[in-house]
Amino acid sequence: MKTNALLIHPKDNVAVVIEDIHKGKAVVLQGGEPFYALSDILYGHKIAVRDLKAGSSVIKYGEAIGTLTGDVMKGEWVHLHNVLIMEDE
Amino acid sequence: MEGFRGYERPDGTVGIRNHVAVISSVTCANGVVDRICAEVPETVKIIHVNGCGRGGSDLILHTRTLQNLCRNPNYAAVLIVGLGCELIPADSIHLAAAFTQKPSEKIVIQNEGGSGKAAEKGIEIATRLVKQATEIKPEMFSFDRLRIGLKCGGSDAFSGLSANPAIGVASDWIVEQGGNSVLTEIEELNGTNHILMKRAATESVANRIDEVINQTNSEAVEILGDFAKLMISAGNIEGGMTTIVEKSLGSAVKGGTSRINEVFEYAEIPTQKGLMIMNGPGYDPEAMAGLAAAGCQLILFSTGRGTPLGFPGVPVIKIASNSRLYKNFELDIDINAGEILEGIQSIQDVGAEIVDLIKRVASGEKTRAEINKQEGLLCMYTRHRSL
Repeated sequence: MKTNALLIHPKDNVAVVIEDIHKGKAVVLQGGEPFYALSDILYGHKIAVRDLKAGSSVIKYGEAIGTLTGDVMKGEWVHLHNVLIMEDE
Repeated sequence: MEGFRGYERPDGTVGIRNHVAVISSVTCANGVVDRICAEVPETVKIIHVNGCGRGGSDLILHTRTLQNLCRNPNYAAVLIVGLGCELIPADSIHLAAAFTQKPSEKIVIQNEGGSGKAAEKGIEIATRLVKQATEIKPEMFSFDRLRIGLKCGGSDAFSGLSANPAIGVASDWIVEQGGNSVLTEIEELNGTNHILMKRAATESVANRIDEVINQTNSEAVEILGDFAKLMISAGNIEGGMTTIVEKSLGSAVKGGTSRINEVFEYAEIPTQKGLMIMNGPGYDPEAMAGLAAAGCQLILFSTGRGTPLGFPGVPVIKIASNSRLYKNFELDIDINAGEILEGIQSIQDVGAEIVDLIKRVASGEKTRAEINKQEGLLCMYTRHRSL
Protein backbone atom coordinates (compact mmCIF):
# COMPACT_ATOMS: atom_id res chain seq x y z
CA MET A 1 0.00 0.00 0.00
CA LYS A 2 1.17 3.52 -0.80
CA THR A 3 2.33 5.77 2.06
CA ASN A 4 -0.25 8.51 2.66
CA ALA A 5 0.84 10.00 5.99
CA LEU A 6 4.16 11.34 7.19
CA LEU A 7 5.64 10.97 10.67
CA ILE A 8 8.24 13.74 10.84
CA HIS A 9 10.01 12.61 14.04
CA PRO A 10 10.01 9.15 15.67
CA LYS A 11 8.67 10.64 18.95
CA ASP A 12 5.66 12.25 17.24
CA ASN A 13 2.15 11.17 18.25
CA VAL A 14 0.56 12.83 15.22
CA ALA A 15 1.32 12.32 11.55
CA VAL A 16 0.65 14.71 8.66
CA VAL A 17 -1.52 13.24 5.91
CA ILE A 18 -0.06 13.70 2.43
CA GLU A 19 -3.37 13.22 0.59
CA ASP A 20 -7.02 13.79 1.55
CA ILE A 21 -8.01 10.73 3.62
CA HIS A 22 -11.71 9.92 4.10
CA LYS A 23 -13.21 8.42 7.25
CA GLY A 24 -12.82 4.63 7.22
CA LYS A 25 -9.93 4.61 4.78
CA ALA A 26 -6.51 3.14 5.59
CA VAL A 27 -3.71 5.36 6.87
CA VAL A 28 -0.28 4.10 5.83
CA LEU A 29 2.91 5.38 7.47
CA GLN A 30 6.32 4.50 6.10
CA GLY A 31 7.37 1.23 7.78
CA GLY A 32 4.27 1.15 10.03
CA GLU A 33 1.14 -1.02 10.40
CA PRO A 34 -1.82 0.52 8.54
CA PHE A 35 -4.75 1.81 10.65
CA TYR A 36 -8.10 3.41 9.88
CA ALA A 37 -9.01 7.10 9.73
CA LEU A 38 -11.86 7.93 12.17
CA SER A 39 -12.48 11.37 10.59
CA ASP A 40 -12.16 12.97 7.16
CA ILE A 41 -8.69 14.50 7.15
CA LEU A 42 -7.50 17.02 4.57
CA TYR A 43 -4.07 17.12 2.93
CA GLY A 44 -1.58 18.76 5.31
CA HIS A 45 -3.64 18.17 8.46
CA LYS A 46 -2.71 16.03 11.47
CA ILE A 47 -3.94 12.58 12.52
CA ALA A 48 -3.34 10.85 15.88
CA VAL A 49 -1.12 7.76 15.49
CA ARG A 50 -2.04 6.39 18.93
CA ASP A 51 -4.76 6.86 21.54
CA LEU A 52 -4.12 10.08 23.46
CA LYS A 53 -5.54 11.34 26.76
CA ALA A 54 -7.00 14.79 27.40
CA GLY A 55 -4.31 17.06 28.85
CA SER A 56 -1.46 15.30 27.08
CA SER A 57 0.81 17.05 24.61
CA VAL A 58 0.50 16.90 20.85
CA ILE A 59 4.00 15.98 19.65
CA LYS A 60 5.19 17.02 16.18
CA TYR A 61 8.85 17.60 15.16
CA GLY A 62 9.57 15.64 18.38
CA GLU A 63 8.27 18.57 20.46
CA ALA A 64 5.05 19.61 22.20
CA ILE A 65 3.09 21.95 19.93
CA GLY A 66 -0.12 22.12 22.01
CA THR A 67 -2.25 20.34 24.65
CA LEU A 68 -5.29 18.13 23.97
CA THR A 69 -8.59 19.35 25.39
CA GLY A 70 -10.23 15.91 25.16
CA ASP A 71 -9.32 12.24 24.61
CA VAL A 72 -8.35 11.48 21.03
CA MET A 73 -8.37 8.03 19.46
CA LYS A 74 -5.81 6.68 17.03
CA GLY A 75 -6.99 7.76 13.56
CA GLU A 76 -8.74 10.95 14.68
CA TRP A 77 -8.15 14.42 13.25
CA VAL A 78 -6.13 16.74 15.54
CA HIS A 79 -6.61 20.48 15.06
CA LEU A 80 -8.07 23.61 16.71
CA HIS A 81 -11.22 21.75 17.84
CA ASN A 82 -9.29 19.51 20.25
CA VAL A 83 -6.01 21.37 20.88
CA LEU A 84 -5.46 24.09 23.49
CA ILE A 85 -2.79 26.52 22.42
CA MET A 86 -0.12 26.67 25.11
CA GLU A 87 -0.11 29.56 27.55
CA ASP A 88 3.39 30.79 26.78
CA GLU A 89 2.29 31.73 23.28
CA MET B 1 40.49 10.93 3.10
CA GLU B 2 36.91 11.87 2.37
CA GLY B 3 36.66 15.58 1.80
CA PHE B 4 36.42 18.36 -0.73
CA ARG B 5 38.73 20.23 -3.07
CA GLY B 6 39.07 23.70 -1.53
CA TYR B 7 41.38 26.70 -1.51
CA GLU B 8 43.22 27.53 1.69
CA ARG B 9 43.55 31.23 2.56
CA PRO B 10 46.45 32.81 4.48
CA ASP B 11 44.25 33.14 7.61
CA GLY B 12 43.64 29.37 7.67
CA THR B 13 40.06 29.41 6.36
CA VAL B 14 39.17 27.33 3.28
CA GLY B 15 37.16 28.54 0.31
CA ILE B 16 35.05 26.29 -1.90
CA ARG B 17 35.32 28.87 -4.68
CA ASN B 18 38.29 30.93 -5.80
CA HIS B 19 36.70 34.20 -6.88
CA VAL B 20 38.08 37.71 -7.04
CA ALA B 21 35.43 40.00 -5.55
CA VAL B 22 35.05 43.63 -6.61
CA ILE B 23 33.16 45.46 -3.86
CA SER B 24 31.85 49.01 -3.68
CA SER B 25 32.19 50.73 -0.31
CA VAL B 26 29.31 53.05 -1.20
CA THR B 27 26.45 53.23 -3.74
CA CYS B 28 28.25 56.04 -5.61
CA ALA B 29 31.01 53.57 -6.59
CA ASN B 30 28.62 50.97 -8.04
CA GLY B 31 29.03 52.22 -11.63
CA VAL B 32 32.80 51.85 -11.53
CA VAL B 33 32.47 48.34 -10.04
CA ASP B 34 30.03 47.55 -12.84
CA ARG B 35 32.50 48.63 -15.52
CA ILE B 36 35.38 46.70 -13.97
CA CYS B 37 33.33 43.50 -13.72
CA ALA B 38 32.03 43.87 -17.30
CA GLU B 39 35.63 44.05 -18.57
CA VAL B 40 36.93 41.28 -16.28
CA PRO B 41 34.07 38.77 -16.28
CA GLU B 42 35.91 36.26 -14.07
CA THR B 43 35.29 38.60 -11.11
CA VAL B 44 32.30 38.57 -8.75
CA LYS B 45 30.43 41.88 -8.54
CA ILE B 46 29.26 43.08 -5.12
CA ILE B 47 27.28 46.32 -5.22
CA HIS B 48 24.73 47.70 -2.76
CA VAL B 49 22.75 50.80 -1.77
CA ASN B 50 24.55 51.75 1.45
CA GLY B 51 27.93 53.01 2.66
CA CYS B 52 26.81 56.53 3.49
CA GLY B 53 23.78 58.48 4.70
CA ARG B 54 23.41 56.45 7.87
CA GLY B 55 24.60 56.85 11.40
CA GLY B 56 24.82 55.16 14.75
CA SER B 57 24.28 51.43 14.96
CA ASP B 58 23.53 51.05 11.22
CA LEU B 59 26.93 52.47 10.35
CA ILE B 60 28.55 49.88 12.62
CA LEU B 61 26.32 47.14 11.21
CA HIS B 62 27.10 47.99 7.57
CA THR B 63 30.83 48.45 8.20
CA ARG B 64 30.95 45.06 9.91
CA THR B 65 28.98 43.41 7.10
CA LEU B 66 31.30 44.74 4.37
CA GLN B 67 34.46 44.02 6.38
CA ASN B 68 33.51 40.46 7.27
CA LEU B 69 32.18 39.76 3.77
CA CYS B 70 35.70 40.53 2.46
CA ARG B 71 36.99 37.86 4.83
CA ASN B 72 34.73 35.15 3.33
CA PRO B 73 37.12 32.39 2.22
CA ASN B 74 35.35 31.92 -1.13
CA TYR B 75 37.01 35.15 -2.22
CA ALA B 76 40.67 34.61 -3.13
CA ALA B 77 41.21 38.36 -3.38
CA VAL B 78 39.19 41.56 -3.09
CA LEU B 79 39.24 44.92 -4.81
CA ILE B 80 37.37 47.66 -2.93
CA VAL B 81 36.12 50.69 -4.81
CA GLY B 82 35.22 53.82 -2.81
CA LEU B 83 34.19 57.33 -3.72
CA GLY B 84 36.28 59.31 -1.20
CA CYS B 85 33.84 61.27 0.99
CA GLU B 86 31.59 58.41 2.17
CA LEU B 87 31.02 57.41 5.79
CA ILE B 88 32.32 53.88 5.18
CA PRO B 89 35.57 54.64 3.36
CA ALA B 90 37.29 52.07 1.14
CA ASP B 91 40.18 52.19 3.61
CA SER B 92 38.16 50.77 6.49
CA ILE B 93 36.96 47.83 4.39
CA HIS B 94 40.40 47.32 2.89
CA LEU B 95 41.95 47.14 6.32
CA ALA B 96 39.74 44.18 7.25
CA ALA B 97 40.62 42.38 4.01
CA ALA B 98 44.34 43.11 4.49
CA PHE B 99 44.08 41.64 7.99
CA THR B 100 43.39 38.21 6.46
CA GLN B 101 46.55 38.60 4.34
CA LYS B 102 44.68 37.64 1.20
CA PRO B 103 45.54 39.87 -1.79
CA SER B 104 43.48 43.04 -1.48
CA GLU B 105 43.53 46.42 -3.19
CA LYS B 106 41.52 49.63 -3.12
CA ILE B 107 40.67 52.47 -5.48
CA VAL B 108 39.17 55.82 -4.47
CA ILE B 109 37.35 57.49 -7.36
CA GLN B 110 37.95 61.07 -6.12
CA ASN B 111 41.70 60.37 -5.92
CA GLU B 112 41.85 58.90 -9.43
CA GLY B 113 40.26 61.89 -11.18
CA GLY B 114 36.84 60.48 -12.01
CA SER B 115 34.97 57.31 -12.87
CA GLY B 116 36.72 56.62 -16.19
CA LYS B 117 40.24 56.71 -14.78
CA ALA B 118 39.16 54.75 -11.69
CA ALA B 119 37.57 52.06 -13.88
CA GLU B 120 40.68 51.83 -16.04
CA LYS B 121 42.90 51.36 -12.99
CA GLY B 122 40.39 48.91 -11.52
CA ILE B 123 40.37 46.80 -14.70
CA GLU B 124 44.15 46.58 -14.55
CA ILE B 125 44.17 45.56 -10.87
CA ALA B 126 41.29 43.06 -11.26
CA THR B 127 43.00 41.42 -14.25
CA ARG B 128 46.16 40.99 -12.17
CA LEU B 129 44.24 39.62 -9.14
CA VAL B 130 42.39 37.10 -11.33
CA LYS B 131 45.70 35.89 -12.77
CA GLN B 132 47.14 35.52 -9.25
CA ALA B 133 44.08 33.62 -8.09
CA THR B 134 44.37 31.04 -10.90
CA GLU B 135 47.80 30.17 -9.51
CA ILE B 136 46.22 28.95 -6.24
CA LYS B 137 45.68 25.21 -6.65
CA PRO B 138 42.92 23.35 -4.82
CA GLU B 139 43.81 20.79 -2.15
CA MET B 140 41.78 18.18 -0.24
CA PHE B 141 40.21 19.25 3.06
CA SER B 142 37.95 17.41 5.46
CA PHE B 143 34.32 18.53 5.89
CA ASP B 144 35.00 20.08 9.30
CA ARG B 145 36.29 23.13 7.39
CA LEU B 146 32.79 23.88 6.06
CA ARG B 147 30.38 26.44 7.50
CA ILE B 148 26.90 26.14 6.04
CA GLY B 149 24.07 28.69 6.26
CA LEU B 150 20.44 27.53 6.57
CA LYS B 151 17.66 29.51 4.92
CA CYS B 152 14.07 29.20 3.76
CA GLY B 153 12.33 31.65 1.46
CA GLY B 154 9.21 31.78 -0.62
CA SER B 155 7.98 29.11 1.81
CA ASP B 156 4.70 27.23 1.50
CA ALA B 157 2.70 24.95 3.80
CA PHE B 158 4.98 22.05 2.86
CA SER B 159 8.42 23.62 3.47
CA GLY B 160 8.22 22.54 7.12
CA LEU B 161 7.20 18.98 6.20
CA SER B 162 9.64 18.09 3.43
CA ALA B 163 12.52 20.43 2.51
CA ASN B 164 13.23 21.87 5.98
CA PRO B 165 13.40 18.53 7.87
CA ALA B 166 15.67 17.20 5.07
CA ILE B 167 17.92 20.26 5.52
CA GLY B 168 17.93 19.39 9.25
CA VAL B 169 19.37 15.96 8.41
CA ALA B 170 22.14 17.64 6.37
CA SER B 171 22.80 20.16 9.17
CA ASP B 172 23.21 17.34 11.71
CA TRP B 173 25.62 15.65 9.27
CA ILE B 174 27.87 18.70 8.97
CA VAL B 175 27.89 19.07 12.77
CA GLU B 176 28.88 15.39 13.15
CA GLN B 177 31.74 16.05 10.73
CA GLY B 178 33.01 18.76 13.08
CA GLY B 179 31.87 21.56 10.78
CA ASN B 180 29.53 24.48 11.39
CA SER B 181 25.96 25.19 10.54
CA VAL B 182 24.13 28.50 11.06
CA LEU B 183 20.42 28.92 11.71
CA THR B 184 18.96 32.46 11.52
CA GLU B 185 15.63 34.17 10.57
CA ILE B 186 14.77 34.85 14.21
CA GLU B 187 11.17 36.02 13.55
CA GLU B 188 10.45 32.51 12.31
CA LEU B 189 11.51 31.00 15.65
CA ASN B 190 8.67 32.76 17.50
CA GLY B 191 7.33 30.56 20.32
CA THR B 192 10.10 27.95 20.16
CA ASN B 193 12.21 29.62 22.91
CA HIS B 194 11.70 26.87 25.51
CA ILE B 195 12.40 24.14 22.93
CA LEU B 196 15.61 25.65 21.54
CA MET B 197 16.81 26.65 25.04
CA LYS B 198 16.81 22.96 26.04
CA ARG B 199 19.35 22.38 23.27
CA ALA B 200 21.68 25.23 24.32
CA ALA B 201 25.25 24.27 25.26
CA THR B 202 25.35 26.67 28.21
CA GLU B 203 22.97 28.69 30.34
CA SER B 204 24.17 31.94 28.78
CA VAL B 205 23.47 30.59 25.26
CA ALA B 206 19.99 29.55 26.47
CA ASN B 207 19.32 33.03 27.89
CA ARG B 208 20.51 34.67 24.70
CA ILE B 209 18.18 32.47 22.60
CA ASP B 210 15.28 33.61 24.79
CA GLU B 211 16.31 37.27 24.52
CA VAL B 212 16.76 37.43 20.76
CA ILE B 213 13.47 35.66 20.02
CA ASN B 214 11.53 37.86 22.48
CA GLN B 215 13.17 41.05 21.24
CA THR B 216 12.40 40.20 17.60
CA ASN B 217 8.83 39.33 18.49
CA SER B 218 8.23 42.60 20.32
CA GLU B 219 9.73 44.53 17.40
CA ALA B 220 7.41 42.69 15.02
CA VAL B 221 4.43 43.74 17.15
CA GLU B 222 5.71 47.32 17.22
CA ILE B 223 6.10 47.45 13.43
CA LEU B 224 3.11 45.38 12.33
CA GLY B 225 0.59 46.08 15.11
CA ASP B 226 -2.35 43.71 14.85
CA PHE B 227 -0.88 42.16 11.70
CA ALA B 228 1.83 40.56 13.86
CA LYS B 229 -0.88 38.08 14.93
CA LEU B 230 -0.98 36.90 11.31
CA MET B 231 2.30 35.11 11.91
CA ILE B 232 -0.17 32.24 11.97
CA SER B 233 -2.68 33.17 9.31
CA ALA B 234 -6.13 31.87 8.44
CA GLY B 235 -4.48 30.24 5.42
CA ASN B 236 -1.96 28.46 7.67
CA ILE B 237 -4.81 27.14 9.86
CA GLU B 238 -6.80 26.03 6.83
CA GLY B 239 -3.67 24.22 5.64
CA GLY B 240 -3.57 22.19 8.86
CA MET B 241 -1.31 24.32 11.05
CA THR B 242 -2.72 24.53 14.61
CA THR B 243 -0.25 26.62 16.66
CA ILE B 244 2.54 29.19 16.20
CA VAL B 245 4.97 26.75 17.85
CA GLU B 246 4.09 24.21 15.18
CA LYS B 247 4.66 26.73 12.39
CA SER B 248 7.96 27.98 13.87
CA LEU B 249 9.23 24.42 14.41
CA GLY B 250 8.74 23.93 10.67
CA SER B 251 11.45 26.57 10.18
CA ALA B 252 13.65 25.68 13.20
CA VAL B 253 13.82 22.05 12.02
CA LYS B 254 16.40 23.20 9.45
CA GLY B 255 18.82 23.18 12.42
CA GLY B 256 18.20 19.44 12.96
CA THR B 257 18.62 18.11 16.47
CA SER B 258 22.14 19.31 17.30
CA ARG B 259 23.23 21.21 20.38
CA ILE B 260 23.25 25.01 19.94
CA ASN B 261 26.71 26.30 20.79
CA GLU B 262 26.52 30.05 20.19
CA VAL B 263 24.21 32.96 19.43
CA PHE B 264 26.04 35.68 17.49
CA GLU B 265 24.99 39.00 15.97
CA TYR B 266 24.19 39.63 12.30
CA ALA B 267 27.31 39.47 10.06
CA GLU B 268 29.63 38.62 12.95
CA ILE B 269 32.08 35.74 12.56
CA PRO B 270 31.18 33.05 15.11
CA THR B 271 33.80 31.68 17.48
CA GLN B 272 32.32 28.23 18.23
CA LYS B 273 31.80 25.10 16.12
CA GLY B 274 28.71 23.01 15.46
CA LEU B 275 25.23 24.50 15.23
CA MET B 276 24.92 28.23 15.94
CA ILE B 277 22.23 30.90 15.67
CA MET B 278 22.76 34.28 13.97
CA ASN B 279 20.54 37.08 15.28
CA GLY B 280 19.19 38.37 11.97
CA PRO B 281 16.11 38.81 9.80
CA GLY B 282 14.38 36.30 7.52
CA TYR B 283 14.33 38.61 4.48
CA ASP B 284 16.15 36.47 1.92
CA PRO B 285 18.90 38.76 0.51
CA GLU B 286 19.68 40.29 3.92
CA ALA B 287 19.83 36.91 5.63
CA MET B 288 22.17 35.56 2.94
CA ALA B 289 24.41 38.65 3.20
CA GLY B 290 24.69 38.09 6.98
CA LEU B 291 25.48 34.39 6.49
CA ALA B 292 28.15 35.15 3.86
CA ALA B 293 29.72 37.77 6.17
CA ALA B 294 29.67 35.16 8.97
CA GLY B 295 31.97 33.07 6.78
CA CYS B 296 29.49 30.55 5.35
CA GLN B 297 30.94 29.09 2.13
CA LEU B 298 27.62 27.50 1.17
CA ILE B 299 23.91 28.10 1.83
CA LEU B 300 21.09 25.52 1.88
CA PHE B 301 17.85 27.21 0.86
CA SER B 302 14.38 25.63 0.85
CA THR B 303 11.57 27.10 -1.20
CA GLY B 304 7.93 26.24 -1.79
CA ARG B 305 6.76 29.06 -4.05
CA GLY B 306 10.11 29.25 -5.85
CA THR B 307 12.85 31.87 -5.79
CA PRO B 308 15.87 31.97 -8.11
CA LEU B 309 17.96 34.23 -5.83
CA GLY B 310 21.59 33.35 -5.10
CA PHE B 311 24.51 35.30 -3.61
CA PRO B 312 27.68 36.66 -5.23
CA GLY B 313 30.48 34.12 -4.84
CA VAL B 314 28.61 31.89 -2.36
CA PRO B 315 26.85 28.83 -3.85
CA VAL B 316 23.21 28.47 -2.78
CA ILE B 317 21.59 25.01 -3.01
CA LYS B 318 17.86 25.33 -3.71
CA ILE B 319 15.58 22.62 -2.34
CA ALA B 320 11.96 22.49 -3.52
CA SER B 321 9.35 21.57 -0.91
CA ASN B 322 6.92 20.13 -3.48
CA SER B 323 7.12 18.38 -6.86
CA ARG B 324 4.80 20.84 -8.60
CA LEU B 325 7.30 23.64 -7.98
CA TYR B 326 10.16 21.37 -8.99
CA LYS B 327 8.54 20.65 -12.35
CA ASN B 328 7.66 24.33 -12.98
CA PHE B 329 10.96 25.72 -11.80
CA GLU B 330 13.29 22.84 -12.62
CA LEU B 331 16.18 24.95 -13.92
CA ASP B 332 16.29 27.00 -10.71
CA ILE B 333 16.08 24.07 -8.27
CA ASP B 334 18.90 21.69 -7.27
CA ILE B 335 16.97 19.10 -5.25
CA ASN B 336 13.31 18.05 -5.08
CA ALA B 337 12.14 17.25 -1.53
CA GLY B 338 8.56 16.98 -2.83
CA GLU B 339 8.79 13.20 -3.14
CA ILE B 340 8.62 13.05 0.67
CA LEU B 341 5.02 14.29 0.34
CA GLU B 342 4.25 11.61 -2.23
CA GLY B 343 5.55 8.83 0.01
CA ILE B 344 8.28 7.99 -2.54
CA GLN B 345 11.28 9.18 -0.51
CA SER B 346 11.84 9.56 3.23
CA ILE B 347 13.16 12.70 4.97
CA GLN B 348 16.40 10.73 5.54
CA ASP B 349 16.65 9.88 1.81
CA VAL B 350 16.41 13.52 0.75
CA GLY B 351 18.76 14.52 3.60
CA ALA B 352 21.33 12.08 2.20
CA GLU B 353 20.80 13.54 -1.27
CA ILE B 354 21.51 17.04 0.10
CA VAL B 355 24.67 15.79 1.85
CA ASP B 356 25.84 14.24 -1.41
CA LEU B 357 25.27 17.51 -3.27
CA ILE B 358 27.05 19.51 -0.53
CA LYS B 359 30.11 17.30 -1.12
CA ARG B 360 30.00 17.87 -4.89
CA VAL B 361 29.32 21.62 -4.68
CA ALA B 362 32.13 22.01 -2.12
CA SER B 363 34.45 20.46 -4.72
CA GLY B 364 33.36 22.85 -7.45
CA GLU B 365 30.08 21.61 -8.98
CA LYS B 366 27.95 24.65 -9.79
CA THR B 367 24.51 25.17 -8.25
CA ARG B 368 21.56 26.29 -10.37
CA ALA B 369 21.77 29.82 -8.94
CA GLU B 370 25.44 29.98 -10.04
CA ILE B 371 24.71 28.59 -13.53
CA ASN B 372 21.81 31.01 -13.94
CA LYS B 373 23.86 33.97 -12.63
CA GLN B 374 21.30 34.90 -9.96
CA GLU B 375 23.78 36.64 -7.65
CA GLY B 376 21.68 39.78 -7.31
CA LEU B 377 22.47 42.80 -5.18
CA LEU B 378 24.09 42.84 -1.75
CA CYS B 379 21.30 43.81 0.69
CA MET B 380 22.43 44.67 4.21
CA TYR B 381 20.24 44.55 7.31
CA THR B 382 19.32 48.13 8.32
CA ARG B 383 17.46 49.20 11.44
CA HIS B 384 16.97 52.99 11.12
CA ARG B 385 16.12 55.67 8.55
CA SER B 386 18.82 57.40 6.48
CA LEU B 387 20.09 60.87 7.42
